[in-house]
Amino acid sequence: MFNTHDILETITMIQDENLDIRTVTMGISLLDCIDSDIDKACQKVYEKITRTAKDLVPVCNKIEHKYGIPIINKRIAVTPIAMLAAACQTSKIVKFAVTLEKAARAVGVNFIGGYSALVQKGFAAGDYALIESIPEALSITDHICASVNVGSTKAGINMDAVSMMGKIVKQTAEATKDRQCIGAAKLVVLCNAPEDNPFMAGAFHGVGEPDCVINVGVSGPGVVRAALAKSEGLDLTGVAELIKRTAFKITRVGQLVAKEAASELGVPFGIVDLSLAPTPAVGDSVAHILEEIGLEKCGACGTTATLAMLNDAVKKGGVMASSKVGGLSGAFIPVTEDAGMIDAARCGALKIEKLEAMTAVCSVGLDMINIPGDTPAEVISALIADEAAIGMVNSKTTAVRVIPAIGCSVGDELDFGGLLGGGPVMEINTYSPAKFIHRGGQIPAPIQSLKN
Amino acid sequence: MRAVLTVIGKDAVGILAKVSAKCAECNVNVVEVTQSVLQDIFCMIMICDIDKISTSFDDFSEKLDTLGKEENLSVRVMHEDIFNSMHRI
Repeated sequence: MFNTHDILETITMIQDENLDIRTVTMGISLLDCIDSDIDKACQKVYEKITRTAKDLVPVCNKIEHKYGIPIINKRIAVTPIAMLAAACQTSKIVKFAVTLEKAARAVGVNFIGGYSALVQKGFAAGDYALIESIPEALSITDHICASVNVGSTKAGINMDAVSMMGKIVKQTAEATKDRQCIGAAKLVVLCNAPEDNPFMAGAFHGVGEPDCVINVGVSGPGVVRAALAKSEGLDLTGVAELIKRTAFKITRVGQLVAKEAASELGVPFGIVDLSLAPTPAVGDSVAHILEEIGLEKCGACGTTATLAMLNDAVKKGGVMASSKVGGLSGAFIPVTEDAGMIDAARCGALKIEKLEAMTAVCSVGLDMINIPGDTPAEVISALIADEAAIGMVNSKTTAVRVIPAIGCSVGDELDFGGLLGGGPVMEINTYSPAKFIHRGGQIPAPIQSLKN
Repeated sequence: MRAVLTVIGKDAVGILAKVSAKCAECNVNVVEVTQSVLQDIFCMIMICDIDKISTSFDDFSEKLDTLGKEENLSVRVMHEDIFNSMHRI
């Protein structure tokens, strides 16, 4: 029945090649917690999260033991808080952050995402207040992730929001400058944000989702790299085929865990996110896969093409392995969370401009990049606008999560610890885009949006 | 329901006996054993029936883990479904 080779292959993947389930994320709708009195709303939010997610961590631990596969993160994503804030007659929106933090601690999850606003076509009630409260919210909490969607293929790019977010990113870093500016590492600005993404910092529970749902994100860059290392002499067709087969196996484990977690918790199974998510651990790097395929260093010419092939092969392999696929699905390239990217950035092989090109062909955007602390807010806004434009035109998700390293300059290092990693401050082009940013307004939706 | 139990480590006297004793202790029936010694490395795969297990799966796995640590072996027990899903379409 069982083949010895198959059994040992699975065990090697888990034991030596860092195969794990990166996250089991429970999406919880808070629409039924809306109240014009913020204290009552907070009370309902706390009760709903602690009631719905009380078994999340114990169930994940049980599954971990049953299948012998580590589940690294247990997380929660909630309805964008701006929607709850819209009903409240107060500017003390930060009370929601305090409540979410308390709930996260009570149920023992690693992160709770959804301190978010969706403003791609303009600001509704609650959006301004929420965005303005982000620096404070992220400085007084440890487990909250915030995100703001500023653009989409259907709506274009809200440049007023883009302009605002440059300042908010800086203020968030300032507010946590005594803690390596970690607040900015938990804030992401998105274009085409998916509503069922299990990965932080961009996870939130979209309004089209059911009341409660389980989404799973897999990992496994180490497994792909090891498979490539064992197969010398393949041409690129062969390499793509091998990545596909490996991605299939990785995703099947995600599907198994997702179904089991959903059934144990008695909530619907949402999606498996087909992603290669790196960690700072040696042997768990997306950059090392690219180097294994044949680049001296990640960032060299050829990186974009290699990444495009990797990203496509991961999706092709994964899509057949899961009954429902969603989220970001693709290879991630967060600089400080990837040992190979950190090395490449340190030695100067990898630059922000190359990373921007890479984001056109993989699943996310400019992710976890340390920039000098004195970078003007307009430059950060313009960086966000560039990324949003790539996402808008290519009908894909893009994002910016940069950390202005307050008091540091190029070459200095920040260290966040844990999965967020750490790395060098990278050089950024500081020629001023201020006039462009101060124009404000909306970049209209591109012609690609007219599909009907 | 079946579990796959794997033992990998330096060869020594009595590994099989110790592992199967733990199985018996928990009323776990060993259905199939494949074992080989390659260049001094002992590698064993046991397929076990866990339908009549007298304790929880977690506890059984814990016991084997402790045994592994005592004997300096890597002992893992995993539900068969992970192998089925990964290697069968």
